[in-house]
Amino acid sequence: MAQEPHVVVVGGGSTGAGVARDLAMRGLGVTLVEQGNLTHGTTGRMHGLLHSGGRYAVSDQASARECIIENRVLREIATHCVDETGGLFVKRPEDSEQYFQEKLAGCEACDIPTKVLSGAEARQLEPHLADDVEKAIWVPDAAIDPFRLVVANAASAQEHGARIETHSTVTDVVVEDGAVVGVEVEHATGAGKRVHGTEGGTEVIRADHVVNAAGAWAGRLGEMAGVDVEVRPSKGVMTVMNTRQVDTVVNRCRPKGDADIVVPHETTCILGTTDEEVADPEDYPEQQWEVDMVIDELAELIPMLDDARTVRSFWGVRPLYEPPDVDSDDPTDITRDYFLLAHDDRDDLPGMTTIVGGKLTTYRMMAEEITDHVCERLGVTADCRTADVALPGSADNTALDDYMTEFGLRSPVAQRSVDRLGSRAGSVLDTDDPNPTICACEAVTRAEIQDAIEQSGTDLNAVRIRTRATMGNCQGGFCAHRLANELHTAGYDDATVRASWDELLAERWRGQRHALWGDQLSQAMLSYALHATTQNRGHDPADADTEIDFTAFDAGPLAADGGPEGAHGN
Amino acid sequence: MAIESEVLVIGGGLAGITSALAAADAGADTRLVSYKQSTLRNASGLVDVLGYTPSGDGPVVDPFDAIPSLPDAHPYRTVGVDTVRDAMAFFDAHAPRYQGHHTDANALVPTHGGTVKPTARYPASAAAGLASDDRDTLLVGFETLPDFNADHAAAHLESAGVPFDVRGVTVPFPGDLRAGAKVTRYAGLLDANPQVSVDGTERPLRLALATRVADAAADADRVGFPAVLGDDDPAGVRDALADHLGAAVFEVPMGPPSLPGLRLSDHLFGALEAAGVRIETGNPVVDADTTAGGVETVYVEKNGARIPNSADEYVLATGGLVGKGIDSDRDAVYEPIFDCRIAHSDDRYAWFDDDAFGDHAFAQFGVRTDDTLRPRDDDGAAAHANLRAAGAVLGGYNFAAEHSGSGVSIATGYAAGTAAAEAIHDE
Ligand SMILES: Cc1cc2nc3c(=O)[nH]c(=O)nc-3n(C[C@H](O)[C@H](O)[C@H](O)COP(=O)(O)OP(=O)(O)OC[C@H]3O[C@@H](n4cnc5c(N)ncnc54)[C@H](O)[C@@H]3O)c2cc1C
Ligand SMILES: Cc1cc2nc3c(=O)[nH]c(=O)nc-3n(C[C@H](O)[C@H](O)[C@H](O)COP(=O)(O)OP(=O)(O)OC[C@H]3O[C@@H](n4cnc5c(N)ncnc54)[C@H](O)[C@@H]3O)c2cc1C
Repeated sequence: MAQEPHVVVVGGGSTGAGVARDLAMRGLGVTLVEQGNLTHGTTGRMHGLLHSGGRYAVSDQASARECIIENRVLREIATHCVDETGGLFVKRPEDSEQYFQEKLAGCEACDIPTKVLSGAEARQLEPHLADDVEKAIWVPDAAIDPFRLVVANAASAQEHGARIETHSTVTDVVVEDGAVVGVEVEHATGAGKRVHGTEGGTEVIRADHVVNAAGAWAGRLGEMAGVDVEVRPSKGVMTVMNTRQVDTVVNRCRPKGDADIVVPHETTCILGTTDEEVADPEDYPEQQWEVDMVIDELAELIPMLDDARTVRSFWGVRPLYEPPDVDSDDPTDITRDYFLLAHDDRDDLPGMTTIVGGKLTTYRMMAEEITDHVCERLGVTADCRTADVALPGSADNTALDDYMTEFGLRSPVAQRSVDRLGSRAGSVLDTDDPNPTICACEAVTRAEIQDAIEQSGTDLNAVRIRTRATMGNCQGGFCAHRLANELHTAGYDDATVRASWDELLAERWRGQRHALWGDQLSQAMLSYALHATTQNRGHDPADADTEIDFTAFDAGPLAADGGPEGAHGN
Repeated sequence: MAIESEVLVIGGGLAGITSALAAADAGADTRLVSYKQSTLRNASGLVDVLGYTPSGDGPVVDPFDAIPSLPDAHPYRTVGVDTVRDAMAFFDAHAPRYQGHHTDANALVPTHGGTVKPTARYPASAAAGLASDDRDTLLVGFETLPDFNADHAAAHLESAGVPFDVRGVTVPFPGDLRAGAKVTRYAGLLDANPQVSVDGTERPLRLALATRVADAAADADRVGFPAVLGDDDPAGVRDALADHLGAAVFEVPMGPPSLPGLRLSDHLFGALEAAGVRIETGNPVVDADTTAGGVETVYVEKNGARIPNSADEYVLATGGLVGKGIDSDRDAVYEPIFDCRIAHSDDRYAWFDDDAFGDHAFAQFGVRTDDTLRPRDDDGAAAHANLRAAGAVLGGYNFAAEHSGSGVSIATGYAAGTAAAEAIHDE
C-alpha cells in the first residue's frame, strides 16, 4: 500500500519531477504520472538556458531575481547538468545605447553580477562575433541539460520511495463529494517501465491530493476536474547547429524580440526563438519561415551562422498562464511568471492544485512553493531540502575527478560519459565486458546505453534523452540500428525491438526535415540510403502482410548447378 | 598548357569507373579525375539492378522484365533494357568475383539488420549466405562490433519468414582487439592470421575463431560473419574458416565503411590501370569553360592552383547528394561544375516527405538528359554537345527505395563511356 498521505503528480516535466522529488523528500507518498517519457512536453523542447536573470532584468525584475537565486542553487545541486558557459548581451551599432544602460542597471538592481566588455574583448572571448559588435555585458548565464535534470529529479524521488509511471495518461480526475480523490490512468503498456507490445490497462490511483503539473496541458486536466485553467500555449522554434560556433551564451541586447539568443549545448549550438500563440499544444504548424528567420537574424551577431550546417529544428510550447482579467493580445506580453492555483480557495474544489507558467530555471523554487502548499493542506510539517541536497549524479564533485582517472580519462569518449553521468559514472561504466562506442557523434558507449535501457524499458527515445545517442551530426543515421541491437541484447524480442526502432527513426526524421539543405541534406541522403538500401528497413518483410516466395529467387550459383554444399570456393 | 585526353571522366565511383573502362575498351585515350572516395565506401557492395518498382511493389523477381514499365524519365528507360543487359555483362567481365549472372532472377541477401534485400549481383563472399537458399544457418557476431548483433539478426530473419533455421551467437574476437577497432583492423588481422592466445593456448587467429564458434556451428550448413573477413585475401580467409568448421562460410554486408564496397572499388581501379586509363585522385574539378560548341576545358584545383584539363568528350559522374555531384543551399539545388539544370521545387519544404521512408523528392534530385545522356538546358536541348552524365548525378529515380543504385551507375556509365568513344571515332 502506498505511503500516507499520498499525492499524485500529473506531468513528468521539470515542474512535476521537481514536485515529486520535494514531496518524496519530505516523506510523503508520491506517484508521478506522465503520458509520454520524462520530458515529453515542453521540458524536452526548450532552449537549455540556465537564466542568470539578465534577460528579464529590464522588463520583469521579480523573475530576474528568482532566476539568479536558482541559477546559483542549480550550479550546486545539479553540477552534472550545468555547463558554466557564461553569457553575453551583445550590442550592435543599431541597438539602443539607452537600453544597454538600462540592462546594466537592471542587472545590478537584481544582484546579477556583470562585466562590461569592449567589442574587441567580446571578440577575444567569442571570435566569431561580428566585427561591428560594439560592446557587451557579461552575465552568469549557463547551459543546462533538461533531460538529465529531470531524470535526476525523478531518480531522486524514486530513491525516496516515489513511484514513477511514464507512458501513462491521466484520462479523468476522480471527484467524489465535491473533492478530488484521485485520477484515472491509462497505462500504454502496463504499470512500470515501458515495454513495447505489452498489454496496457486502466488504473484508478487514489490520492489525498493531486498536483496538476501538466504544463501546456494543464487546462485539459482542469477540464477533467470541472475547473477553468486558462493556459495560453505559445510556440517557439529552436534550430540546432552541428557544432559550437560559440562557447558562451550570446543574447542580443535589445528589448524583447524574436531570434535573439544562441545557447551552446553539448556538441551543438541552439538558435532561438519565436513566440506565437497556438490553439493546440500538440498540433501546430512548424514552418520554414521560423527556421530561416532565426538563422538570418542571428547571423547579424555571428555571421558564420548564415551558411553553417544545421542538423534539425524543433519547437516547444510555452505553458503561459494569464489570469482571467488580463487578456493580452500579443503572447510576448504575457508574463513569464508562474502561478499556483489552489482550487479549494479558487473554485471550491479541494484536493487539487495546479501549477503553471514559469521557467525551467526556477523549477525547484516552484516545486518548493507547491510542496509547501500541499504539506500545509495535508497538515504535514517538514522542511524543504531540495536546495541543499545534490541530485543523483551531482552527489560528490570530487568523485568526478577520480572517475576521470579510473576510466582512463585520456580518452575523449570516457570524458563525455563522465560529464553526462556525473557521480553515477562509477557504477555505470564499471564493466568487465567490452564497451564499444555505440553513438560515435556523441561518444556514447554500450554501458551507458544498457544503463539507460535498464532505467526506461524499451523506449529508445527515452534512452536517447538520457544519453544523447542519435543526437549528433548524423542524427542516428549510423547508430539507430546499433541501439536496436542493444535493446535485443538487453533481452527484448524482435517484434518489440522493431517497434521501438521505428519510433526512434520517426522521431529523428521529424526534426531533420527542417535542416535539409547543404551538408545535412547529403547526410540525410546517406542515412536514408543506409536504412532503406543496406538495411532495407523501408520494405522490411517482417513488417509486411504478404509473404515472400523465396523459391522464386536466385539461390546461388552452386544451387543452380545442383550442388548444395557451399559457394565458398572463390 | 592543359592536360589533354580524348575522353575525360569526372568522378571515380561506379559510374565514372564504368564509363572510363568502356571508353578505353572502345579505344579512346581516357583520363579519370576524382576527388574523394566514392559511395562504394558507404554502400553495401551489392550490385542492385531493380528490387522494387517506383510504386513500391516487390521484391521484384526479374529486374530486366520490370524495366520497360518504369516511368519515361527513369535512366534505365533512357538507355533501354538491352543496354542495361550489355552493361551488366560488361561489369561481369570486369568483376569476376561477383556472382548472380547465371540467372536473370534477383537473389535475396540477408542484411546486417536482419531483413533481406533483393539484388542482382553479389560478391562471392556473400554467395553462400543467400536467404533464397534454404540451408540452415548460424550467424556469428563479435562482442566488440555493435553494428551486427547476430542473435537479433537471426530473430529478425525468422520474423521475415526465411525458409531455413537460423540462430545467432556472439563471441569475443580472439586476441586483444580494442572495443572501438575499425572493420579494416579485423580484416587485416584475419588476412595476416597471427598467433593469438586463447585460454592459454597459442593458435593462428583463423583457427582460434573457428574453434570459438565450432560448438554453435555443429548443426549449421553455413556460417555467416559480419563483413570483416579479410581485405587482401577474403577467399583465403573464408576457405580456412570453412575447412575448420566443415560448413560454408559467408559475409553479411555492412557499412559504412563497407569492406565489400572497398574491395570492389580497389579491384575496379586495378582494371582501370590495366586498361591504360590515366587516373588522378584527390583533387576536385571546380570549374569549366564552355562555348556554344561544347565544353572546352575543366579546371582541377590542386594545392590552390587551377590546372586546366581538356578533352574532346566529357563524362560527368560526380555522384548525387552523397558523392557531392549535387549540392544545395537554403534556396536551391545545383550541380556545381557545369551548373546543369536540376529540377526542384522552389519550396524547400516540398523537397522531402514527412515519413522517414516516404517518397522523398530529394532522392530524385539530379541532372535530366536527352536520350544520349546529354544534360538538358532550360529549353530541353542538350546543354553541351560533348558532355554526358552518368550514375547518381542523374535525376528521375530513387535508388534507395528502388534498390537500383549500382545498376543505374553501371548502365549509364557504360552507355556514356561507349557513346563518348564513338563520338571520337565519328569525328
Ligand atoms: C521555446 C521555448 C524555450 C524555452 N527556453 C527556456 C530556457 O532556455 N530556460 C528556461 O529556464 N526555460 C525555458 N523555457 C520554459 C520551460 O521550458 C518551461 O517553463 C518548462 O519546461 C515547463 O515545464 P513543465 O514541467 O511545467 O511542463 P512540461 O514540460 O510541458 O510538462 C508537462 C507534462 O505533463 C504531461 N501531461 C500532460 N497531460 C497529461 C495527462 N493527461 N496525463 C499524463 N501526463 C500529462 C505532458 O506530457 C508533459 O510532459 C522555454 C520554453 C519554450 C517553449
Ligand atoms: C549507404 C548506401 C548504401 C547503398 N547500398 C547499395 C546497395 O546495396 N546496392 C546498390 O546497388 N547500390 C547501393 N547504393 C547506391 C550506389 O552505391 C550508388 O548509387 C552508386 O555507387 C553511385 O555511383 P556513382 O559513381 O554515380 O557516384 P559516387 O560513387 O558518389 O561517385 C562520385 C565520385 O565523384 C567524385 N566527385 C564529386 N564531385 C567531384 C568533383 N567536383 N571533381 C572530381 N570528382 C568529384 C566523388 O568524390 C566520388 O568519388 C548505396 C548507396 C549508399 C549511400
